[in-house]
Amino acid sequence: MATLAPVDVTTDSTPPTIAPAGRKRVSVGRVIAWVVMVVIMVVTLAPFYWIIRTALSSNGDLLTHPSDPFPVGFSLDSFKRVFGWQTGAAAVAAGGAGQPINFWLYLRNSVIVSCLVTAGQVFFSAMAAYAFARLKWRARGPVFAVFLAGLMVPAIFTFLPNFVLIKELHMIDTLIGIALPSMLISPFAIFFLRQFFATIPNEIEEAALIDGASKVGIFFRLVIPMSAAPITTLAVLTYITSWNDYFWPLMVSYTDKSRVLTVALAVFKSQTPNTGPDWAGLMAATLVAALPMLVLFLVFARRIVNSIGFSGIK
Amino acid sequence: MASNVVSPASKTSSRGGDSRKHSDDTRLALLFITPAAVGFLVFLIWPLIRGIYLSFTSYNLLTAATWNGLNNYKQMVLDPVFWNALKVTLEYVVINIGVQTIIALVIAVMMQRLTKSLVVRGIILTPYLVSNVVAALVGLWILDTNLGIFNELLKLIGLNPVGFFTDGPWVIPTIALVNVWRYVGYTSLLIFAGLQTIPPDLYEAARTDGASEPQMFVRITLPLLRPILALVLIISIIGSFQVFDTVSVTTQGGPVDSSRVLQYYIYDMAFGRFRFGYASALSVALLIVLMIVTFIQYRLTRAGQTDLA
Repeated sequence: MATLAPVDVTTDSTPPTIAPAGRKRVSVGRVIAWVVMVVIMVVTLAPFYWIIRTALSSNGDLLTHPSDPFPVGFSLDSFKRVFGWQTGAAAVAAGGAGQPINFWLYLRNSVIVSCLVTAGQVFFSAMAAYAFARLKWRARGPVFAVFLAGLMVPAIFTFLPNFVLIKELHMIDTLIGIALPSMLISPFAIFFLRQFFATIPNEIEEAALIDGASKVGIFFRLVIPMSAAPITTLAVLTYITSWNDYFWPLMVSYTDKSRVLTVALAVFKSQTPNTGPDWAGLMAATLVAALPMLVLFLVFARRIVNSIGFSGIK
Repeated sequence: MASNVVSPASKTSSRGGDSRKHSDDTRLALLFITPAAVGFLVFLIWPLIRGIYLSFTSYNLLTAATWNGLNNYKQMVLDPVFWNALKVTLEYVVINIGVQTIIALVIAVMMQRLTKSLVVRGIILTPYLVSNVVAALVGLWILDTNLGIFNELLKLIGLNPVGFFTDGPWVIPTIALVNVWRYVGYTSLLIFAGLQTIPPDLYEAARTDGASEPQMFVRITLPLLRPILALVLIISIIGSFQVFDTVSVTTQGGPVDSSRVLQYYIYDMAFGRFRFGYASALSVALLIVLMIVTFIQYRLTRAGQTDLA
């Protein structure tokens, strides 16, 4: 994972004055650059439009009007299919698979798993980060170095053995089984929060100690409130990562009761008739799976965008 | 604010009274790192050891693992599907990282020189917010041979439709580009953040001396960005080697083995054929490949050094 830390990007590096001679040449370059930039932005966003356009179409008309830029045979049937409001026969008639599918359940499962992972990971990592940043103990340096080395282990390598472990713990096909391995620790989260905790001035802590506060009290009433911004950023990023996770939940969940959205989407895709896939239904399901994170992004856009960057890793 | 702080556990820190004990928080610290330490040992270190152990065993999940020495590794060396998977994965990484890094660099430099607009950066980042599964499904639909809008556009300009996910030579480049779509914005923002560390007055001075934008890019931006770019490369290459989601959703390794990347082969071995021992050996191979790549790259790019200092 990359290091995420707030980086100040508000400073404008464009020189205020440009020599008149160079102005025209630069302007042409700028126009071309803007054109490229707009093309890139269109390519970035076009697939999202195409999801919406397809989801609002009906399968029969998609077949005959594949390149119409607007929804063809406008219908909301695809969403009914996705949320299980359509009978099997009606779904098959509309080009669906006919198997009952209920995205409300998967939505709920995704919310539970992501909340568990986020709450656990952020809180426990904050505790550890506090111990590494502000408490005085002898083994602090070496233990922190060991934790940091954990960043080097590729997640992919731990999946198989962790699956065996979760199976031994009889947590296969449960939501807690999906959440548990990432609930307790993220070396990155500890590293990230430790940086912020370390910047809190000693004087504030000492004043609190003199007033009779304990170190535990300082953690809950001083360090956490003062680091609300980075903690929120970390929580949002953890939530998104957990929401979008596919490989690990795919291993652990077998039935509807523990299926999260990403896995359900893939199952939905594999159930759709091979000869004439239910594209409208698939894109409706895709929209349902993607929309919560896009809304979250709209709310926290500034925070998320500014959080991406390097600071500290050398 | 501080005066309101109540101390539910003030004994821990003020007990004893002499200053040495007062400044030693060992017990509290151990308490605070306990959850993280448990997670670290149980879900990170133990699986690491166990994964390596399992690679020397025959294990099908149902009966206990039995030691079979180097058998898995011997079989792996002779397994043509493994070598093909390695080749396919490398092909994927080269295309994915090559295209992604170049586009990301272009976007980042343009953002730096044109606009600092949050909206632009937000738009560029949007695909990163959806899952690989979503990206794969959209790609599958847009690039569908019969109905996909991209093939319709190809037909419009007189080209033959391409079986992006069904035609052997096309599948890996296609999967690589679908993932470029999802990750390029994120990568460009990482590079963009790196660009902010270059002092603006360098550009100002160069401009006064009559340097053009391309000259400034080659003489100032690239050399000063090198350490950041190296880190971005290491991170994205390691991620790229672990490609699985897109393959699993779109081609499932096919047609034949043309998109059977290493991670998909491992998954298939473990959950399709229940050969956990062999799958673990394959995972160790992937781990070793990643270590070698990281090491070589670190040496080649001197990632730890900066020209700014």
